Amino acid sequence: MNAHVNLPASGPVLKVDGLKKHFGGIKAVDGVSFEVFEGEILGIIGPNGCGKSTLFNCILGQLQPTEGAVTLDGEAITGLFPAELNRRGVSRTFQLLQVFPNLTVRENLILAGQEHQGSMLSRLLGPKDAGLTAEAEKMIGFFNLGHLADSKAGGLSYGQQKLLDAAMAFMAGPRLVLLDEPAGGVNLTMLASLKERLEAINKEQGATFVVIEHNMDFVMSLCSRVVVMAEGKVLAIGTPAEIRANPAVIEAYLGH
Amino acid sequence: MTRHPVFSRIDANLATLLIGAVILWFAPAGLKSYGLYVISLWLVMSIAAMGLNLTLGYAGLKSLAQAAFLGIGAYTTALITAKGGIIGPGWSWPLAFVVSGAITFFAGVILGFPALRVKFHYLAFVTLSFATVMFLIFRNEQWLTGGVYGFSNIPRPSVMGSKLDNDLAFFRFVLVVTVLLSLAMWWMLRSPWGRAFTALRENPLRAASLGINLRAYTLLAFAIGSAYGGFAGALYAPLVEFIDPAPFAISASFVLLLTVVVGGQGYFLGPFLGAAFSYVLPEVLRATGGLYLLIYAALVLILLLITPQGIIGIVEKMRENRRQKAAQEQRNASKVMLEA
Repeated sequence: MNAHVNLPASGPVLKVDGLKKHFGGIKAVDGVSFEVFEGEILGIIGPNGCGKSTLFNCILGQLQPTEGAVTLDGEAITGLFPAELNRRGVSRTFQLLQVFPNLTVRENLILAGQEHQGSMLSRLLGPKDAGLTAEAEKMIGFFNLGHLADSKAGGLSYGQQKLLDAAMAFMAGPRLVLLDEPAGGVNLTMLASLKERLEAINKEQGATFVVIEHNMDFVMSLCSRVVVMAEGKVLAIGTPAEIRANPAVIEAYLGH
Repeated sequence: MTRHPVFSRIDANLATLLIGAVILWFAPAGLKSYGLYVISLWLVMSIAAMGLNLTLGYAGLKSLAQAAFLGIGAYTTALITAKGGIIGPGWSWPLAFVVSGAITFFAGVILGFPALRVKFHYLAFVTLSFATVMFLIFRNEQWLTGGVYGFSNIPRPSVMGSKLDNDLAFFRFVLVVTVLLSLAMWWMLRSPWGRAFTALRENPLRAASLGINLRAYTLLAFAIGSAYGGFAGALYAPLVEFIDPAPFAISASFVLLLTVVVGGQGYFLGPFLGAAFSYVLPEVLRATGGLYLLIYAALVLILLLITPQGIIGIVEKMRENRRQKAAQEQRNASKVMLEA
């Protein structure tokens, strides 16, 4: 638990404090606390059903937590609506792919950034691209989607949609990005490029990431610290090396 | 700025609209009063369907109350413009047009609130009950609406001091209003709002996570869609000059729903095609006498079997086939190169 020691003295970007989510008698999330620091890539791992996605949904306002607090840059954000959180700079991807199939790649990206531009009225009366064409082009280039920019997102391959899904989360320069299984179902070649893109954008945008992932190699090489969850609780927090060596984690999850 | 196929397709919509408007300005010069009535009705119902196409086709909110909004607009216009008009013959219709739009806009906002909580057929039932209540008000509140005896002697609007009693002049007036409302709709749908409405339909959960204010856009989709029903009503009343509750009954809301679906929901030009099918075709089929409803019902069934996306879906399918063919040719060409 003392992995924070060498991290910056400034307060955490995201602080989750004693978060609980109970569905009747089922304690999906049961008192989870951790902090995420500026520019960090924090991984969350744990067996299926251990509460990772429920935790995300509580942080992001999709579910109301039963108990506990979430703060962003020291401000309480517990229970804020997803759209409000997004406008405060928190963006996310979903475990299951969620792009807008009938919009083109470019339109998906513009959509992902447009609500951060101006007011409702200026979005009606202003330019149709909300002034985001340049930023969308940059993102398209960055994720190698150039040849597909004008194709409908629904016609893309799974891996390409996954890249678009991630790219959408990075429009409008988010402060904090929560990625729910970004590597799920992505083939090995695409995986390497996804990891490299995520690292590059983490450096370039200075955004802070929280990543839920099952692919151990992906998590261990991408993240600076890892939270291990089991049965709704935090089992361990530490650097990838510490986690690999933790007997409790090996017992519960990694196996021998 | 670079050109994108989707944006140029919307520009094709604009071009079709403007060219169509020019043709319609001159084409009906030889038509008799009945013919002019039918094409005027087509445009008026296209406006109402355009509104429903926004609510249902773009934003995906199932509403079964569009004829009620048409009725609110028609009765409001009748009340404001009849008996010389409340502010004289010259300005009463413009006032009625604005008031009809405003009342239906706010009624739409109120009706939109249930849409924040319920979706699909639940929402359809909520809007259906609203339509029923409105119909009962039109029929039973005789002091206001004239009840089953209706409201007669609704005057045609005046433009620059001269009353549009000539059917051709009135048709052209309807055409100008239709074009202006269509342009406003076209602009809105290509703006970020249009994308947000589509996002609302396709995946509200993801839309919210991208900062899209679901509440605001849901209420706007309802309010603006309803206001187009009100605007259509403001033209419908002087077109028919006599209104009673019948054209605003539940069945009329279903016909408007059919109009949007048959035309192609979520396509800008769909409502015009749909309204031609729902309001012009029956007039043509009237010549077949008693068989008309049977033929009409069969046509609806066949059409939706062939192209569930509506009439405009046929155009889309042809375009897609052409794309597929081009892609196949490209594949064949590259295959030859590989084998060589």
